Amino acid sequence: MNIMAQYSLSQKLAILSDAAKYDASCASSGTNRRDSRGGKSLGSSEGSGICHAYAPDGRCISLLKILMTNFCIYDCSYCVNRVSSNVQRARFSVDEVVRLTIDFYRRNYIEGLFLSSGIIRSPDATMLDMVRIVEKLRHEENFRGYIHLKTIPDASPELVEKAGLLADRLSINVELPTDASVAKHAPEKKPAQIRKAMADVRARKDAARDRSHTGKRPPRFAPAGQSTQMIIGADGSSDATVLGQSTRLYSGYKLKRVYYSAFSPIRDSSAKLPLISPPLQREHRLYQADWLLRFYQFDLDEITSVTPDGNLDLDIDPKLAWALANRGLFPVDINVAPKEMLLRVPGFGVKLVGRMLQTRRQRTLRYEDIGRMGGSMKKAKAFVTAGGWSPGGLTDSADLRARFAPPPKQLSLF
Amino acid sequence: MAPEDIRWGHEDEPGDLFDQSAVSEQPGGATVPRSFLSMAQSVVWHSDPSRFSRLYAFLWRLNDKPGLMADCADPALSRLRLMEKNVHRCQHKMKAFVRFREVGSPDAPRRSFAAWFEPTHHTIEPTAGFFARRFADMDWRIYSPGVSVIFESGKTRFIEDQPRLDLPEDAGEALWITYFQNIFNPARLNVQAMQSEMPKKYWKNMPEAAAIPDLIASAPERARQMAAAEPTSPPLRAEKILARQRRQGRAPVLGEQ
Repeated sequence: MNIMAQYSLSQKLAILSDAAKYDASCASSGTNRRDSRGGKSLGSSEGSGICHAYAPDGRCISLLKILMTNFCIYDCSYCVNRVSSNVQRARFSVDEVVRLTIDFYRRNYIEGLFLSSGIIRSPDATMLDMVRIVEKLRHEENFRGYIHLKTIPDASPELVEKAGLLADRLSINVELPTDASVAKHAPEKKPAQIRKAMADVRARKDAARDRSHTGKRPPRFAPAGQSTQMIIGADGSSDATVLGQSTRLYSGYKLKRVYYSAFSPIRDSSAKLPLISPPLQREHRLYQADWLLRFYQFDLDEITSVTPDGNLDLDIDPKLAWALANRGLFPVDINVAPKEMLLRVPGFGVKLVGRMLQTRRQRTLRYEDIGRMGGSMKKAKAFVTAGGWSPGGLTDSADLRARFAPPPKQLSLF
Repeated sequence: MAPEDIRWGHEDEPGDLFDQSAVSEQPGGATVPRSFLSMAQSVVWHSDPSRFSRLYAFLWRLNDKPGLMADCADPALSRLRLMEKNVHRCQHKMKAFVRFREVGSPDAPRRSFAAWFEPTHHTIEPTAGFFARRFADMDWRIYSPGVSVIFESGKTRFIEDQPRLDLPEDAGEALWITYFQNIFNPARLNVQAMQSEMPKKYWKNMPEAAAIPDLIASAPERARQMAAAEPTSPPLRAEKILARQRRQGRAPVLGEQ
């Protein structure tokens, strides 16, 4: 392959978006509110993110998600862009990325840019080019849309500082659930270095909240916070290990999100990796468990102790799995149960529980009220009592799990 | 006036035999919860002709029972909340799926764009502000079968009943389609998830949607090929690059594990 090949902008876009699709994040929410009123600038963000399209893989397209270049001097076995892979290589110029971002934004295709990159020459040289792109967008194009920068872990603190003042979100991928797996699959990456970089971002963000002695507020630093990604299924880590790592990341570095990316077969994959992908259902269950930990006041071991091997039940959601293993706590009376317990009822979400609490201050809740509040009793009915409803023997019936799990499948012969 | 004495409709509609226009002579006024107002401000844009009578009937009941807004399971309120949700969703989809084409010169000091969009509810007016705040440094128009919105030199205005016009081809669309095709991962095909968020009714005004059938059709074969491909040997330059890093003390030997 001629690595000096001259590609058109369209060819580069094809190569460098193909290379970026394994990053799961496409969030564009949660940054500070701003707009372009006055007519001197372009773009806005109003709190919630917008998915401008959906690809046939069901994933949201909110940002122009591209690599600045997919040349890379690292050799991470799970990555399509590792130095030892034979994929086509390309590199955008600073101006090309700026032009694509602005032209897509003006046509209302995107909320902004998610820029990542392979490591070329050195971490600092790569990071410097990425920062130049963002500087140009913000200062020359007066772009006020959303920018997510994947920072290079070994880049100098000054460059990360600059990036955080320009971008809405910074991220650094921890890549794999354990240090041992990183050492095996991403030999050039140092987990300690990645954690230090995340700690730096957290410290810098905390500092940006304090007013100086003159009462002046320092400029906002990465107002949409930092996130990370872990690849699932490329190593042997159990879900308990994965979620344990997430819990430490959320509390230690105040991450906004941990993304789980089911290892996907890639073109030109490394001989070091399993060629079968883990079921996408595993990724889905991990996200559900992640939500229970953050918004439903579950403890890690409550979720992971349900199965002996520490892996989540793929057939039923983790809250239902927990409830089935703790039937002694049910049924609960939805007219008197405390909020914490209502949140633990399978099928009840945070919004619905809020409505139930509000309405039961007015009157007694009946079974059919739940549907009118936008909820569903399909899962919940075995676990609650309400006006006009008692589950009777349903809660303890032996076939309760079977009512929710998909019927057993014959194993594939291939 | 009691809800059963009012018939809601458009001024132009032929009236009923017993209709009389009733503009109240008494200066009226009612105290309503703020939460009702914010709900009503969305519900009035719903396409259901019963929206006004439903809102009024509920307002009438609120008069006697101000706590009613807190009863999330009241059937009338829950119907209004659903209508509110439908309008919000329609507004959200408009913000997402409007596709502008450039109708002026890309080098003009103020660039100029236009789009054709078909909302489910009366969504153009309540959503125009979003576009005005976002695209303030350019001129744009969003045409639709009912009301269209025009934003020129920072001023928003609405016009009615514009005929559908053909917008000129836009070179930017080809790049967008290229992006859409390549960000898709054929190993994760999930058509149902795509369609529940991006219903087919929007596709005809979205340039990238034309690429969807081919992407779906070729996905299983592409995924199979990726999985079946033998690992290849690394390109020659890989060993050189890794050797250099080893000298700098960064990387272990390729294939060492």
